[in-house]
Amino acid sequence: MSMRQTPLVEIRNLKKYYPITKGLLKRTVNHVKAVDGLDFTIYKGETLGLVGESGCGKSTTGRTILQLLQPTEGEVIYEGKNLVGMKPRELRKLRKNMQMVFQDPYASLDPRLTVGEIIAEPMEIHRLYAGKEKDKRVDELLEVVGLSSYHAKRHPHEFSGGQRQRIGIARALALEPQLIVADEPVSALDVSIQSQVINLLQDLQGQFGLTYLFIAHDLSVVKHISDRIGVMYLGRMVELADKHDLYDTPLHPYTQALLSAVPVPDPLAKRERIVLQGDVPSPANPPQGCTFHPRCQACMEICKTQRPKWTEVDGRYVACHLYE
Amino acid sequence: MSQIDLALQQDESTSEHAYASRSQWKMMVSRFKKNKRAMVGFWMVVFCVTVALLAPWVAPYDPIEQNMQIMLEGPSLSHPFGTDEFGRDILSRIIHGTQISLMTGIVGVLIAVILGVALGTISGYFGGLADTLIMRIMDIFMAFPSFLLALAIVSVLGPGMINVMIAIGIFSVPTFARLSRSSVISIKDKEYIEAVKAMGGSNLHIIIKHVIPNSIAPIIVLSSMRIATAIITAAGLSFLGMGAQPPTPEWGAMLSTGREYLRVAPHVSTMPGLAIMFLVLGFNMLGDGLRDALDPKMKL
Repeated sequence: MSMRQTPLVEIRNLKKYYPITKGLLKRTVNHVKAVDGLDFTIYKGETLGLVGESGCGKSTTGRTILQLLQPTEGEVIYEGKNLVGMKPRELRKLRKNMQMVFQDPYASLDPRLTVGEIIAEPMEIHRLYAGKEKDKRVDELLEVVGLSSYHAKRHPHEFSGGQRQRIGIARALALEPQLIVADEPVSALDVSIQSQVINLLQDLQGQFGLTYLFIAHDLSVVKHISDRIGVMYLGRMVELADKHDLYDTPLHPYTQALLSAVPVPDPLAKRERIVLQGDVPSPANPPQGCTFHPRCQACMEICKTQRPKWTEVDGRYVACHLYE
Repeated sequence: MSQIDLALQQDESTSEHAYASRSQWKMMVSRFKKNKRAMVGFWMVVFCVTVALLAPWVAPYDPIEQNMQIMLEGPSLSHPFGTDEFGRDILSRIIHGTQISLMTGIVGVLIAVILGVALGTISGYFGGLADTLIMRIMDIFMAFPSFLLALAIVSVLGPGMINVMIAIGIFSVPTFARLSRSSVISIKDKEYIEAVKAMGGSNLHIIIKHVIPNSIAPIIVLSSMRIATAIITAAGLSFLGMGAQPPTPEWGAMLSTGREYLRVAPHVSTMPGLAIMFLVLGFNMLGDGLRDALDPKMKL
């Protein structure tokens, strides 16, 4: 565990607020706190899974780390350089080290380009390869992701969802990145195809030494692929731990509830299902103190007033008053 | 043996490729061909373009040569469309006029497309202050009745066909700007645009390579319809004496001079009128057909 602890990306106090404006003058009356203060590190070569309900800010986190969305506050330190507030020109150069695989394979490929053009585009932007060499590299990449070189001349609409996702992965690999942010890369695919794509991602990780930030809401998928898992709730991270620790002994009450929802493929198994009461509060108006307290089974007086600190407990992190 | 194999393989892959990349285009062409009205419009336009290109050879007479002995003669075998007040052959004048009308229509709309798409794309893609500024200026233009606006622009620039083209271009800019803005907005947040941003593409690269190609379909349709409007407007301006100057054989100007002889020689203004109708109808039907063929769901 400790030998691979070279940080690749350090995220410090990352926040992304969206202003809510009102009236003719567009006065800002409030903020939607999509991401509200994240602190974590992505280590080289690992897969960090990010789970949470829809709307908890997982995707926003991925996009803010890549600076596709401008963070409101905080730092994203990539190999010693802070990406936040970096000059656009400088940032564009660094972008080749971090790529993204998108959720919707139907929307993430330009329908007017051929697959070859799509995969070659990042190389053209960074002027990495040209002419014959570029074509060769496109063929290589297609084969790496399990497609064939003759696919290069086709258009995206001729492929199935799983194949398109492979094209998206080939495009992400074209620049030989270190970090790939995978934003729910399999949730739009059939279950049978999901495992193929997951296995492909794992193979590629071994082959190219990639680091993944894997965003998903499917707990079993995340468990399968991740080394460590971060659990998000309402724009904040509530727990971050090694996947075995997390699944065996979840600390945070929210993680416990979340994990109890995973179906167990054994009809006789005794399950203790923790059913959360109520809905996720609005991120524009999160509850005082611990944002989870209105739905928490272990809620104490202090939870209603004080926001729990992000603390380290036995090599894992949790934000809960139970463990302070 | 291996060479044959290779050749076979190559053949297979190229034919597959040809099939694949053509399928979308083929579908569009077949949709267009099935549409009878569109095909009629298409051939009307093709006919006019051919006539315009071959004008010096197909026109039986010189369009500006006067012959006072045969003034205002009705249609006959030697002059199928009759002659005008100076004894000029109306058929020849209409044939030469096709060049002018097509030219004004196409150049005028081209100016509008270039300016309109540029402004619309900037305002749709960047939004914010640029958007507000550009679109409010477009609103000001749109507040004027379009023909009056064209007339005002020509009055400022002075009469002449070049100025008519500029006027037509300018008064069509807001329509194109609005349309391209809305279609840019609908695609700028697509994930494939975000993917290009993530790989480090500059805004210019994104706009030229992805935003414009993906938002151009409705622009093409609108262009073919606006050419019709442009031709009518140009004829209208010439009718009012602001466009082509005599003795240029411009349809609108011909219509205008023929007006004086409407009682004695109605063909003098009827014939150019029919020509305008023919060309405009052709472009409108072509445009409708293009819209249906390019995207049956498109609302325009």
